Amino acid sequence: MLEVRGIDVFYGDVQVIWDLSFSVSEGEVVALIGANGAGKSTTLKTISGILSPRKGTITFNGEDILKIKPYRLIEMGIAHVPEGRRLFVEMTVEENLDMGSLRGTARKERQRNKEMVYSIFPRLKERSRQLAGTLSGGEQQMLAIGRGLMSMPRLIMFDEPSLGLAPILVKEIFAVIENIRKEGVTVLIVEQNVKQTLSVADRAYVLETGKMVLEGTGKELMDNEHVKTAFLGV
Amino acid sequence: MKKWLPYIITGLLALLPLIGLSTYMMHILILVIMWTVIGMAWNLLGGYCGQVSFGHAAFFGIGAYTAGILYFKTGLSAWWGIPLSIFFVSVASLLIGYVTLRLRGPFFALGTLAIGEVCRVTAENLRDFTQGTLGIMLKERTWIDKTWYYYIILGIAVFTFISIRKIINSKLGYYFVAIREDQDAAESLGINTTLYKTIALILSGVFTGLAGAFYMNYMGYIDPEIVFALHDISIITIMVVMVGGVATFWGPVVGAVIMVLLAEMIRSIPRLGVAHQTMFGILLILIIIFLPNGIVGDFSKIRKFFRFGRAG
Repeated sequence: MLEVRGIDVFYGDVQVIWDLSFSVSEGEVVALIGANGAGKSTTLKTISGILSPRKGTITFNGEDILKIKPYRLIEMGIAHVPEGRRLFVEMTVEENLDMGSLRGTARKERQRNKEMVYSIFPRLKERSRQLAGTLSGGEQQMLAIGRGLMSMPRLIMFDEPSLGLAPILVKEIFAVIENIRKEGVTVLIVEQNVKQTLSVADRAYVLETGKMVLEGTGKELMDNEHVKTAFLGV
Repeated sequence: MKKWLPYIITGLLALLPLIGLSTYMMHILILVIMWTVIGMAWNLLGGYCGQVSFGHAAFFGIGAYTAGILYFKTGLSAWWGIPLSIFFVSVASLLIGYVTLRLRGPFFALGTLAIGEVCRVTAENLRDFTQGTLGIMLKERTWIDKTWYYYIILGIAVFTFISIRKIINSKLGYYFVAIREDQDAAESLGINTTLYKTIALILSGVFTGLAGAFYMNYMGYIDPEIVFALHDISIITIMVVMVGGVATFWGPVVGAVIMVLLAEMIRSIPRLGVAHQTMFGILLILIIIFLPNGIVGDFSKIRKFFRFGRAG
């Protein structure tokens, strides 16, 4: 479904990603894991068109998405739930959800999808008229995920969804991610919370300073010596 | 009551000339309304869409020069400059947007500041076209009396107020606010941010240009130093909105009243000279510290303060 082939990404003159290749197939949960500065978020930003690679290709269902304007990607079925949630804090919860469904069928199905999001996160329904900026961190993360789902994506990309959340909320967020996969949506997730992530991921790639160092199924990596010492602290 | 407020205010303003105000009072009222228009226009781009411009004099000046050059070169009435300015300012805004809108935040602000100055220097040097620093003067103004000028600018203001209100409450308004709040998030949710920022810039420019074209007709004289002025136009525009309240419908109205009256008051202080700009600077600092959302935005704060004062 998503094919990333040999991309090099720079911030100005500084290269942060070297010859990175990976793929995500339909229906999978794939994780990119790695320490701070490994280039995980950069990779997602490149896929969603906020950054562009100097070299390499990215295709989605066989179509070259580097040639497509970033604001059109959502119509193709790619949703990005960015790091730090990036909500519209001066809009209400409901308005934020509306912003997730501006185009195409998502717009027509807005009401139904909203009900669906509210049924996943009943808390959001209670607070639908509240300004997004006044929500707690966990609620904001729920809203960011909900906003991503409003576009009826085929691939949803999560950037550090557990960042800054209490352990109990982290569990809840991961449970939601499992549910999203059950609905048939493909998931690409970037995380520093390696243990939780590997337990939900079908496959994972390990990044270190912008280069791919390991790949395998979630279980394989969980048992890998390198991963154990570097991330799991065992 | 709140729903009727715009009608009541428009009605009262429409009746105001009938009570026989002095020419000076009429002049002040006209300036207040003109600044309201410019403030509302700036607010659309800066307040709602989040693109803070330091160069609105560019649009004001292009509007004014559209009317001025039309009159000077063709002999047609400068009033035609008002409809014509819509076209010329749109084209100019498109070009200005093409250059500056790829910049963000403070860089956009600096870019527009430069554009304003570029326009001034250009107008000073294209002597064949603009008369340079000699300026353009209308041989005779349409009316001696100010009443009609008053109604015309009031009409422009009402038109601007209604249009901006419609825009902000439409889909477009939501897109603007989304871009202000987080441009990258807006883009990834499917908003063509370049397109919508350009629309905001053009709309904002056109309303400012209308005020400029009116100014040419009303004052009867323009030169580059006046209509492309950095501190007397661009900065005052920002002050009007900051003092009144960013991203509020009534903020520019309140801001225009205060700024015009303040400018008049300060001007009457003897031997102050250009030091009056210091006063504006101090006022801006105080506003940012104590009323960051402006007088309209922080109205509840002001009310609380005075109530507290009375009780204590």
